[in-house]
Amino acid sequence: MTATLFIEWTTLISLVLLAVALLVSLVRIVIGPSLSDRVLALDLLAVVAMGFVGAIAVRTGLWLYLDIAIALALLGFLATVALARYILLRGARQNSVQEEGR
Amino acid sequence: MLEGIELYLGGTLLVIGAAFTLLAAIGVVRLPDLYTRMHAASKAGAVGGGLILLAVAVLSQDAAVSMRAIIGVMFVLLTTPVSAHLLARASYLTGYRPCNETVIDDIAQSNE
Repeated sequence: MTATLFIEWTTLISLVLLAVALLVSLVRIVIGPSLSDRVLALDLLAVVAMGFVGAIAVRTGLWLYLDIAIALALLGFLATVALARYILLRGARQNSVQEEGR
Repeated sequence: MLEGIELYLGGTLLVIGAAFTLLAAIGVVRLPDLYTRMHAASKAGAVGGGLILLAVAVLSQDAAVSMRAIIGVMFVLLTTPVSAHLLARASYLTGYRPCNETVIDDIAQSNE
């Protein structure tokens, strides 16, 4: 097996695995019982999308895709931090509303 | 045979990284509560994404691209634990309790 054929097959296999991973983490986003589960699955989804873009960069040989992958990683991190802060603030407000109701 | 050894190495790293990412996704769906799911998403997910970026660094054969990919690996390895910790802390403080199989709960014990 030549090296180019090997790269072609490995990128194809990893793209299939990553597509399955995208679908599976989408299941948790849909059924996730709480907001935190959904945020966690979204965080994983950003990492999987980053890997997908990286595999596409290897397959096509267009290395500019790598910048998109790094930007996706940054975006996923910032989104998770912002949503964690939102969960914290929302929980604090709910607790204060409950205390006022007593 | 040793002619394109970095191509074989990079392709293997790519498949291993994709397999780790798939395992992380399966763990996020199968595990019982948020804190165990976080193990799958933040550890296996970070390793999977990092290995894929490492494969890009090996395969690109261009110093500038490899450098950016390695910086991306370091970024992923540094930020994933931080975001998982923030999310776990926010969830615990707003009343999301671990499942019943949990053996030790340090925050509850330190509050007693």
